[in-house]
Amino acid sequence: MSTDSTTHGGVRSAHVSHHFKTAEQEYDSGKQGIWLFMVTEILMFGAILVGYAIFHNIYPEMFAEGAKTLDWRMGFVNTLVLIFSSFTMAISISYVQRNEQKKAAIALATTILCGAIFMCIKYFEYSHKFHLGLYPGRFLDVAKVGAEHANLGMYFGFYYCMTGLHGLHVLIGMGLIAWLLIRTIRGDFHSQYWIPVEGVGIFWHIVDLIWIFLFPLLYLVG
Amino acid sequence: MATKSAHHGDNYINFEKGLWSWLTTVDHKRIGLMYMISVMFFFFVGGVMALLLRLELFAPNATANVGQVLKNGDVYNQVLTYHGAIMVFMVIVPGIPAILGNFFLPLHLGAKDVAFPKINLASWYCFMAGAALAVLTFFFNKIDTGWTFYTPYSIRTGTATVMMVLGAFIMGMSSVLTGLNFIVTVHKLRAPGMTMHRMPLFVWALYSTAILQMLATPVLAITLLLLAAEKLFGVGIFDPALGGDPVLFQHFFWFYSHPAVYIMIIPAMGVVSELITTFSRKVIFGYTAIAYSSLGIAAVSFFVWGHHMFVSGQSETAGIIFSFLTMLVGVPTAIKMFNWVATLYKGSISFDSPMLFALGFLFLFAIGGVTGIMLATLPIDVHFHDTYFVVAHFHYVMVGGTLMALMGGFYYWFPKMFGKMFNENLARLSFVFIFIGFNVTFFPQFILGAMGMPRRYFDYIPAYETLNKVSTVGSWLILTGFLFGLYAIVQGIRKGPKASMNPWNSKTLEWQTSSPPPHDNFAVEPIVTAGPYEYR
Repeated sequence: MSTDSTTHGGVRSAHVSHHFKTAEQEYDSGKQGIWLFMVTEILMFGAILVGYAIFHNIYPEMFAEGAKTLDWRMGFVNTLVLIFSSFTMAISISYVQRNEQKKAAIALATTILCGAIFMCIKYFEYSHKFHLGLYPGRFLDVAKVGAEHANLGMYFGFYYCMTGLHGLHVLIGMGLIAWLLIRTIRGDFHSQYWIPVEGVGIFWHIVDLIWIFLFPLLYLVG
Repeated sequence: MATKSAHHGDNYINFEKGLWSWLTTVDHKRIGLMYMISVMFFFFVGGVMALLLRLELFAPNATANVGQVLKNGDVYNQVLTYHGAIMVFMVIVPGIPAILGNFFLPLHLGAKDVAFPKINLASWYCFMAGAALAVLTFFFNKIDTGWTFYTPYSIRTGTATVMMVLGAFIMGMSSVLTGLNFIVTVHKLRAPGMTMHRMPLFVWALYSTAILQMLATPVLAITLLLLAAEKLFGVGIFDPALGGDPVLFQHFFWFYSHPAVYIMIIPAMGVVSELITTFSRKVIFGYTAIAYSSLGIAAVSFFVWGHHMFVSGQSETAGIIFSFLTMLVGVPTAIKMFNWVATLYKGSISFDSPMLFALGFLFLFAIGGVTGIMLATLPIDVHFHDTYFVVAHFHYVMVGGTLMALMGGFYYWFPKMFGKMFNENLARLSFVFIFIGFNVTFFPQFILGAMGMPRRYFDYIPAYETLNKVSTVGSWLILTGFLFGLYAIVQGIRKGPKASMNPWNSKTLEWQTSSPPPHDNFAVEPIVTAGPYEYR
């Protein structure tokens, strides 16, 4: 790794920052950085999953009761939407690498659109629950819901915390992809330089992956 | 790009002019100095709080005039909380990595900068924003939970817990970003010939710390977010009234915060390794053992959090296991200790002020470490739990360890950072006052704890009065020491004589460039051909 090779992509890219020697070194550093950051994201969600596992173990019936109130069809549609968005994100990187900026821009815009659809469905789910009085924790309208378990609010505590934190990540991801879209249209990315596209892509895939864990845990396991 | 243009200055300080150039800089050396100023400010605030606490405990409250400095127990709890939170989150955790690490890690590796300079700047802004949020709660709605924010009290108390924990969350973000930056820098930006086993031990220590920061902090982040959610929306995860478990909060909290004490101390050990070898003029004994014991401490630290919960009602089996695992941390720590002592053996020791601080570290950290083993022993801890013995122990480790190393490292690298020399006599004077004052303050607290004086209390019975008086007088000696130190630093920066490139005749890379270093660190990229400590 201490070689001075500048062979990455054949030419020394104009984008190499001053403290890197080669484009290859810059690319490797960026990739390692984003993966390390993803480790912290997974650990953060990991802790809340540990909490979920503990309380699911203590109150299995209460979690079953809570899961019944969720509409698995909406969750399923959202899962499909996110998986499709991961696909469009991935092909956008491939287009950038092949200098097809216009197609890349369309793919990125589709990804943002998918994120927006996901958030819309979430919005309907949330407002429907608020309508039924299914608030988290102590705000749960026990009389209106007719809860069998006194602590049912805790299930919704987990539901809103997990999906809320995930939703926040979707919004951040949409913002980042919008930034990529602008820079792609401006022509910043091409076959010699695509580090940010790939970095945000990895972030977006991890956000999808976390949803793929949340969906069965909350909607299906019950 | 390596050659600097003519209108730019010859070092990083005069490279660009004006406040704006500092606030937008991506130069790791300038960011290190910015951290230095912020951390020194927070240290001053936290220190004033400490002096107030000690003043309150000078005499029992029944005594007229003295002993009633703080109006009542509520005010005492608030000052206690801010002292703890500021010192932990804003001084000791960021201290060495953010100041000395930022400044010297790339220099040690022969790199031009850290891997992500913009993220480095962003992490300073995160730190400042989080710290501002946390400190500002003092002016709105004072928080009185202690720095650990234990539930269910933190959910019930009507103070600004949410704002405070969000501040801590944002500072955690800064810590993660710094750690990430350091890891990638170590992996990817080493100069030609700088193998992992030729890295200075300070870099090894920062590397281990960075791994800890990356792995532990996210768990604190989610814990604090859940606490905020608990307070705002009553989600019920930590609230026993809603079926939640307050002890789960303790598990989550210490799963971060116990590794965090090693985030505080491992960098200090790295600094001490540099100081001991340089001022003994001897190659360090057991380089690999010291390097890997940092990783060892980092690894074991994740399995010991339960020793904070010996009396929380966890099972006895868990207590015994955690007791055993906690003692394991003593092994890599002792490896370091013995290696330092072996390095001193038959070395040509010169007692310059950085070395005095390093020796002070060895002395204080030994006491802190041995009492740590005592507290790790389950039956002893049940007795000493939440007494002043614990207070004395962690002040010996965290303050006696980290602050001694920070001061020592700061004097050691002062000539490189500013290109000037400080007044050696003033620095030695500051060491003498801090070292003596520290022991006068905290040693009596071991005895107080053994006598049964509980921690966090606003008042005490007359039997504890004499030792408390001694302890308070000690806090004034520490203050005097730090004032001497501050004066030495300010005078050194303003009027100190010009420092040479390598005033201590050290062998590591950062001394091979001019003092202060140029913007790009090295005029010519260094090529490393030997290990970092080729003394004799």
